Amino acid sequence: MRSFVATVIVALLAMSTVSCSGGADAISLQGAGATFPYPLYSKWIAEYQRVKPNVRIDYQSIGSGAGIRQIRERTVDFGASDAPMSDQDLQAAPGKILHIPTVIGAVVVSYNMPGVTGELKLSREAIAGIFLGEIKRWNDAKLTSANQGMQLPDIPIVVVHRTDGSGTTNIFTDYLSKISPAWAERVGKGTSVNWPTGIGGKGNEGVTGQIKQIPGAIGYVELAYAEQNKLPYASIENRAGQFIKPTISSTTAAAAGALSTMPEDLRVSIVDAAGQQAYPIVGLTYLLVYQEQQDQAKGRAMVEFIWWAIHDGQKYAADLFYAPLPPELVSRVEDKIKSITYQGNRLMAKRSTFDVLHSTFLLVT
Amino acid sequence: MLKPDELQLKLTAPGAATDLTGRSANLGDRIFKSVTLLFAVGVIAIVALMIIEMARNSTPAFHKFGFSFLVSSIWDPVQERFGALPFIYGTMVSSLLALIISLPLSIGTAIYLAEQAPAGLRALVSFLVELLAAIPSVAYGLWGIFVLAPFLRQHVEPALSSTLGFLPLFRGPTHGIDMFAGGLILAIMITPIISAVSRDVLMAVPQSQREAALALGATRWEATRVALSYARSGILGAVILGLGRALGETMAVTMVIGNRPETSLSLFDPSHTMASVIANEFTEATSDLYRSALIEIGLLLFVVTIIVQAIARLLVWRVSRGLKEESA
Repeated sequence: MRSFVATVIVALLAMSTVSCSGGADAISLQGAGATFPYPLYSKWIAEYQRVKPNVRIDYQSIGSGAGIRQIRERTVDFGASDAPMSDQDLQAAPGKILHIPTVIGAVVVSYNMPGVTGELKLSREAIAGIFLGEIKRWNDAKLTSANQGMQLPDIPIVVVHRTDGSGTTNIFTDYLSKISPAWAERVGKGTSVNWPTGIGGKGNEGVTGQIKQIPGAIGYVELAYAEQNKLPYASIENRAGQFIKPTISSTTAAAAGALSTMPEDLRVSIVDAAGQQAYPIVGLTYLLVYQEQQDQAKGRAMVEFIWWAIHDGQKYAADLFYAPLPPELVSRVEDKIKSITYQGNRLMAKRSTFDVLHSTFLLVT
Repeated sequence: MLKPDELQLKLTAPGAATDLTGRSANLGDRIFKSVTLLFAVGVIAIVALMIIEMARNSTPAFHKFGFSFLVSSIWDPVQERFGALPFIYGTMVSSLLALIISLPLSIGTAIYLAEQAPAGLRALVSFLVELLAAIPSVAYGLWGIFVLAPFLRQHVEPALSSTLGFLPLFRGPTHGIDMFAGGLILAIMITPIISAVSRDVLMAVPQSQREAALALGATRWEATRVALSYARSGILGAVILGLGRALGETMAVTMVIGNRPETSLSLFDPSHTMASVIANEFTEATSDLYRSALIEIGLLLFVVTIIVQAIARLLVWRVSRGLKEESA
């Protein structure tokens, strides 16, 4: 008798769990990857919860490298990375992975010169020389020539860089490799490099802390950190010879400037972009998704989220000091999103018939 | 009338009867013994598993670099050339520096607390010292960046540089974020451990030892020396505990040591340690060789710690064996 009752209870429980998962609308998406856009992605996830309450998204900011690894192993639904995946990584993946740029971030060069006011202008030569360790004092001729109005002190320059692997380092070293053949040969670009000189701080916070503490320090941080900590930052000479401050508009201008040379798969570096108003040290950050999705409901939910992110989501970017994508790039990204399929069929339907399809889907399942 | 074997059974405690091989006849006892044996074996198994996993994951780096990994100073993730020498050097030197700074402080504190302090003060100071040990290392790191490093940069290091600057140890520009700060912070972190354990060991020295010395006409200090030599194996054990912590300390060190993979004799140059390079670079180590090199560093740290602990155990054993021979 007892075993019969137990069997009945177990059967009831099993049936209830089956019916819960099959019938209800709740879809859960898992993402992991870059730390650089994490503040913005958190905001997006929170806002999207209001738009579509039945879709639950979780994002873990464990680093671009780990994000790439996870999406390759299909342990997450979408990955996120600042640097685009290498050809090797793409070939090693079990399916074709699309790179979807979501937002643009700017890297600023911040400094600590006690007693000096006014804005520092850094020429291409000066930046490369400082970070290569060739320009050692602040009153070096290469610096004073671009900063005639300022009284640069005669103190040694202390370079501060990131000690942990980071997308910010990737953008910055990419820029240095582009403007300086010596850097490209000696150091190269990557999330972690062999710095010729300088001390390392952990995270944007560590670098900011050290810049603030050490007189004569110079380092690179994300725009958000420089703004929030009221750090002075330099205007950088761009390819057109203009000294540009890092702002939301000059960052977006850089992405627009790089559009003409952007490859089809959108894996591109947009540093040192063409354009009069383009700020040179910027980078795209990407979401990584498989072109061929394995689950129709999840695939559709993800496609809708990404569509929302590159349209409605962009308005949240500026408050968090990220730059929204320029309109020309948005239309190219739209094409990419539309190419995401399930069993060969496009998941992203046209906007006008979207709701019809959605409700039909609900009826059928 | 009971027969002799029946009598035998009745005299032994119930449940403690054993069969001819010595195993307990009681099922509960057997289960208890097996379970505790399982726990003990489990701990050893976990350590063995860690070593095996680390060794397995570091084979790509080992095949590529071989033993040159231990002597190469190049750490270049872009060109995928890795060498662990700067990190081994940094770990060793920072721990050694921490010990040198901390030993007089902590043994002195222990002696004061065990021998000299009045009872109320002893309780208070012991409590405060143990509180230091409970502070998380990130808090130490933050304090290091915002308080210790500026203090060193503005006051201590210029003074050292101007007086002792001719020594290779104190050469170079002084930014406050260097090996000296790393060693100093480690010293502050290991002092509570060494002093707490040493104090306990000293207090466990039988009062008769000190009384005997005093009775023979020793001064207060000489009596303390007698107690110290009695307790030396325990104090050595305390020092080893402190050294163990210093070798593995990650967060506090990485925030003040400068994180520059270079071996330099000067204490005012930035350095790097094994634990901090792993903590810093592991999440973004995209390629397999890079990850494998970091895991190999982890394995090296493990091996270094084991070697140090083994040497320490040997020392403690020899010292305490000497002690037994003396007292026998």
